[in-house]
Amino acid sequence: MKYLVSTVFVLATAALLAGCPSKPEEQPAPPPQSTADTSGVDNSGVTTDSTESQGPSGELLSKRIVYFDLDRADIRADSQSVVAAHAAYLSKNPGQKVRLEGHADERGSREYNIGLGERRSQSVRRALLLQGVAEVQLATVSYGEERPAAQGSDEQAYAANRRVEIVYLK
Amino acid sequence: MKKLATFLALAALGVATPAFAQLKLTITQGVTDPIPIAVVPFARAVPADGGIDVAAIVQRDLESSGRFKGMPRTDMLSKPTTSADIDVAGFKQQRNDYVAVGRLSAGGNGDITIDVELVNVLTGQRVLGQKWTVNAGNLRNGAHRVADAIYEKITGVRGAFATRIAYVSVDGRPPAQRYQLIVADADGEGPRMILQSDRPIMSPAWSADGDWLAYVSFERRVSAVYVQQVRSGQRRMVSARAGINGSPSWSPDGKKLALTLSGTNGNLDVYLLDLGTQALTRLTDDPSIDTEAVFTPDGTGLYFTSDRSGNPQIYKLTLGSSERPRRVSFTGAYNARPRISPDGKKLAVLTLDDGAYRIAIQDVASGALGVLSKGRQDESPSFAPNGDMVILAGRERGQGVLQTISIDGQTSLRLNADAGEVREPVWGPFLP
Repeated sequence: MKYLVSTVFVLATAALLAGCPSKPEEQPAPPPQSTADTSGVDNSGVTTDSTESQGPSGELLSKRIVYFDLDRADIRADSQSVVAAHAAYLSKNPGQKVRLEGHADERGSREYNIGLGERRSQSVRRALLLQGVAEVQLATVSYGEERPAAQGSDEQAYAANRRVEIVYLK
Repeated sequence: MKKLATFLALAALGVATPAFAQLKLTITQGVTDPIPIAVVPFARAVPADGGIDVAAIVQRDLESSGRFKGMPRTDMLSKPTTSADIDVAGFKQQRNDYVAVGRLSAGGNGDITIDVELVNVLTGQRVLGQKWTVNAGNLRNGAHRVADAIYEKITGVRGAFATRIAYVSVDGRPPAQRYQLIVADADGEGPRMILQSDRPIMSPAWSADGDWLAYVSFERRVSAVYVQQVRSGQRRMVSARAGINGSPSWSPDGKKLALTLSGTNGNLDVYLLDLGTQALTRLTDDPSIDTEAVFTPDGTGLYFTSDRSGNPQIYKLTLGSSERPRRVSFTGAYNARPRISPDGKKLAVLTLDDGAYRIAIQDVASGALGVLSKGRQDESPSFAPNGDMVILAGRERGQGVLQTISIDGQTSLRLNADAGEVREPVWGPFLP
């Protein structure tokens, strides 16, 4: 019996690398420390691969995950300062591109959850655009419930999975 | 765009150890009064039959429907292979209603003929005598066809044992997961990997002729829709537009795909893609999420999920009509992922039922909804081509498993993977 296997990532990688921007030359001044609770944001579980970069460091800029409430796509108050920090950084570094990866928890239908994840990535995209980031710097993708950050069928896992990951690209 | 029509030749790796999940079938619920039948071991064709026990496959198929109870072989006092040799009174005394007997014979060209007779021992009449000639490599499929014929003769409903299912298998822990698209016989046997990726594969959909699968793959990091010929493995990327490319569904004539696209602004709407001309037609235009479209069997319209009312519900649109899509689901706060029965009379949907996600059957004419499945997180319903059963995905101890349930709710069986989880089952059409 023959097994047909296809993993054509080389093509995709080449396409994404084409025309990739140079790295920013200077680090922006760190944004002012916010006293806001940022428990809704962290960067655990963020993975990088050959098309992704570490991106900027800093108290807020190192936070790359924005969490959402059930069935909601609006950015919570506890995440506003993080989104604002990325907006400021991206505005000052117009060559830097990011991919906004939207996710949903596992409940409900898969393709509808793709829609919910997209709504969340669009919500972050709009916030970044409103704060001066250029459209060409932003790409969105929704993985719906297909790439959970946490496994399990409980509220804790659901909350960890309703998120947008801000992925800095090379 | 020419890029979208790029043909990607797939590498055939030759013989490999199957590294994917094997499904194990368990009957979880049957009818209270199943029909007793003795499927006597068939006369073999040695060595052409390769040791495949055709009668055992037939018996297992019939039992898997939940409507039959097979007589244990150890209880058989005689093992006739022709109807003339059946001890009708003896089998009747052992409380059988039917006896099936058969003979295999090898042809000269690698073919095997299966000759089957079915006798009603209550009346003493031979009710079926039929031959099937199959390639020896296809003997298992021949056995399923025998079961189909016996099932239809006794129940009046065409059997769907000689059909296939496709499903997605996932192993590993996030974020390092491996996704495989698998095609197997309806009983889970003979799994064959169609595609493997370390990025998600989702939403497989059969073409009406059973030759092709459409699916979504994230192998390019973003979603794209592909169509792939199951037999040859040849495939084609048909939509890799900006934003979401999702939820493919074939038109009954196989010439078009309904798709969900979002564009860069993230508004999911349903589109129609002509596979021959690449022409794209927008079918819905609403700021809400419109997705999960599926054609009606006559191809004149589509059912889809939309949350334009504030939460997901099922809508129907008619092709070529300027009328707004009509809402068809009204029971409960969440109805999604519609699939239509082959006769167009029933919808299988994912519904939120008392806090649990379950599969329900909605009668198209009356709108009445009845919950069918009993899990907490069931999803992805798909009708068998005879309309008698629904296959769906559920969760057991945190793992995705497959389940089939008769639409009257009386019988169910479970298909567990021996490793990893399985999801998104889709039942293929009758094969010619």
